[in-house]
Amino acid sequence: MASPGGRLEFRDVARGAALTEALAARVTSLGRAPVSVMHVCGSHEQAIAKFGLRAAFPPELRVIMGPGCPVCVTDVPEVDEAVALARQGVRVATYGDMLRVPGTAGSLADERGRGARIDVVYGAAQAVELARGGEPVVFFASGFETTAVATAAVLLADPPASFSVLSAHKYIPPVMEIVAEMPGSAIEGFLAAGHAATITGWGVFERFVERHRLPVVVAGFEPLDILAGLVRLVEVIASGEPRVDNAFPRCVTREGNPAAQAALWRVFELQGGRWRGIAHVPNGNLRLRDEFAAWDARRRYAIDVAALWDHAPAALVAQCQCGDIMAGIASPHDCALFGRDCTPDAPVGACMVSAEGTCKIWHQYGGHPDLREIRRRA
Amino acid sequence: MTERRLVDERISLKHGAGGGAMRALIEQIFAPGFGEVAGGVGLSAMDDGAALPIGDRWLVVTTDAHVVQPIFFPGGDIGRLAVCGTVNDLAMMGATEPLALTCAAILEDGFPRCELERIWASIRAACAEAGTTIVTGDTKVMRRGELDRIALTTTGVALTSRVVTDRGLRPGDRVIVTGTVGDHGLAILATRGELAFDTTLVSDVAPLNGLVRGALAAGGAGVVAMKDPTRGGLSSALHEMAGKSGVAIVVDERAVPVRDEVRAAGELLGIDPLLVANEGKAVLGVRADVADRVVDALRAHPLGRAAAIVGECIAERPGSVIVDTGFGRRLLGEAEGELLPRIC
Repeated sequence: MASPGGRLEFRDVARGAALTEALAARVTSLGRAPVSVMHVCGSHEQAIAKFGLRAAFPPELRVIMGPGCPVCVTDVPEVDEAVALARQGVRVATYGDMLRVPGTAGSLADERGRGARIDVVYGAAQAVELARGGEPVVFFASGFETTAVATAAVLLADPPASFSVLSAHKYIPPVMEIVAEMPGSAIEGFLAAGHAATITGWGVFERFVERHRLPVVVAGFEPLDILAGLVRLVEVIASGEPRVDNAFPRCVTREGNPAAQAALWRVFELQGGRWRGIAHVPNGNLRLRDEFAAWDARRRYAIDVAALWDHAPAALVAQCQCGDIMAGIASPHDCALFGRDCTPDAPVGACMVSAEGTCKIWHQYGGHPDLREIRRRA
Repeated sequence: MTERRLVDERISLKHGAGGGAMRALIEQIFAPGFGEVAGGVGLSAMDDGAALPIGDRWLVVTTDAHVVQPIFFPGGDIGRLAVCGTVNDLAMMGATEPLALTCAAILEDGFPRCELERIWASIRAACAEAGTTIVTGDTKVMRRGELDRIALTTTGVALTSRVVTDRGLRPGDRVIVTGTVGDHGLAILATRGELAFDTTLVSDVAPLNGLVRGALAAGGAGVVAMKDPTRGGLSSALHEMAGKSGVAIVVDERAVPVRDEVRAAGELLGIDPLLVANEGKAVLGVRADVADRVVDALRAHPLGRAAAIVGECIAERPGSVIVDTGFGRRLLGEAEGELLPRIC
């Protein structure tokens, strides 16, 4: 059997150990603790979790999960819209991880348990295929500018009239501004998503670095990519000269993919909106332009969200501390909801929805988010 | 502040996924009132089967209901699954000589006779492989739409002079898997066309009693815990074994045998092969001094060629399953509900 360490170039355990050592040395040489950096990508989150990298980071380095998981930051009213449509008898197609995200009155998974027609799809094109039968299908679309391009592509390819999109697509650059501007924010640098930068180009972050004097390093998703990206980020922090650095040059250029950008902006425009547990983010949401109104579920259906609210529990969201936790200025124990009203089974904020959300990790690890002490005795 | 529901008001797919939700359902609804079996293993133990003391031996009993869609899949069908599932549950209790099975069939009106014949031919073949037979059964037919084609329930009985539970682990013990994990679950997903690509994956469904017999002969009393990692995959089996034994299991991820196709499909879909169902694999907990001997015995059997030591038990953090990835460590999650591919 092939082992992941032995076969795949970016999963060399020995090189991983060398990078881990280098990271520890760079952080130590900063001479202060903690050093807080933020990643803003669900795939970074997943890779950090999957490869157990948190147990390999030096204790002085806090790698905070930012608002980078599009599923986690999908706001309650957006989930409610999808649930309401499903309850109204409309067939809803969505990505697998959207299924369990809770709204005011449960999730799409709950709705499916009550008999609603919910399809899990792997991409926008598959949702279009479902609609080709003539039955109306609403694609509940989530994801950042990367995934939004795929949604844009199907809308530009003359989809059937039975197809429509309920967009929960979001745009990352504005929320980085929000986090950077949070009062008392301890974030010293950002690890940016390699795949999103493949489309936007790393140049998109130049203005941010200029405005906020915080470094941004674009990194890939293999464990070595992430470790190397963090080493680079700490080096740039140490240099005192904030800049954008591309640690994923095998995929990312300064300009990105102009064709994909053109498709994205032909179909979508920016609009302000709330991100779950974080803030209202000006220009943070992607909505369909007027010329695509015919495929916009919000304009095609009378979505009766209020009908869900009759028996709904009181909104806990107002007490959620996700924003402060992400800014590195609060810990889950500062939140009255943590572990009681907000658990992985019934999450309130994005930090508890996401696999690598700070609250989820704290909850899962019994408040001690540290497996460093567990050693395998050979 | 509103009170959160602690109990689900409706049964959902997660209750059948073999993880924490299913265990909670058994504890809260099915098990109460059915106490322990003196000198044996009863429902409250939530093991693979029951063990009833008879003289100086035990009668092991297990029952398993089988539904699968599609009913014919690469490497097997619902008939083979129904025989192997029950034979394997008996074997996981240490009972590797199944005396006999029963089989109840519930059919949907309109079910084709030729398919039924095909399924029963497969049942006969699987029984022959396992060295057992069907001795009684039951047939029910439901109206169209009241059942998805066919459901089979098999019960098995066997005598054993030593019961192996799933709770015998202590710190220092080694954990062995008998072969590649994730084959069955991903083969089924692929057959359903849910992978959005084609694979050559084949289910591993097979009767394990012969394989386990060899392991028990080699390891003797040093084989202290067994479980078949069916629904919920290796993860659920390890969580149950760790929780019931009061140890943590540290898994060396790179030692877990996984086929290249399964690994690749898992990477593409964001599905961890450790959470995917198997129907022809066993997890064995053994004392360290017999571990190599047991692995050798397993590898000598055609179904155990890829057997490997994949983990070790420790005293810290009892009940948890920790994965050493080579880069770092993580807690292994459990499957809840169906496996959902991720967007991000």
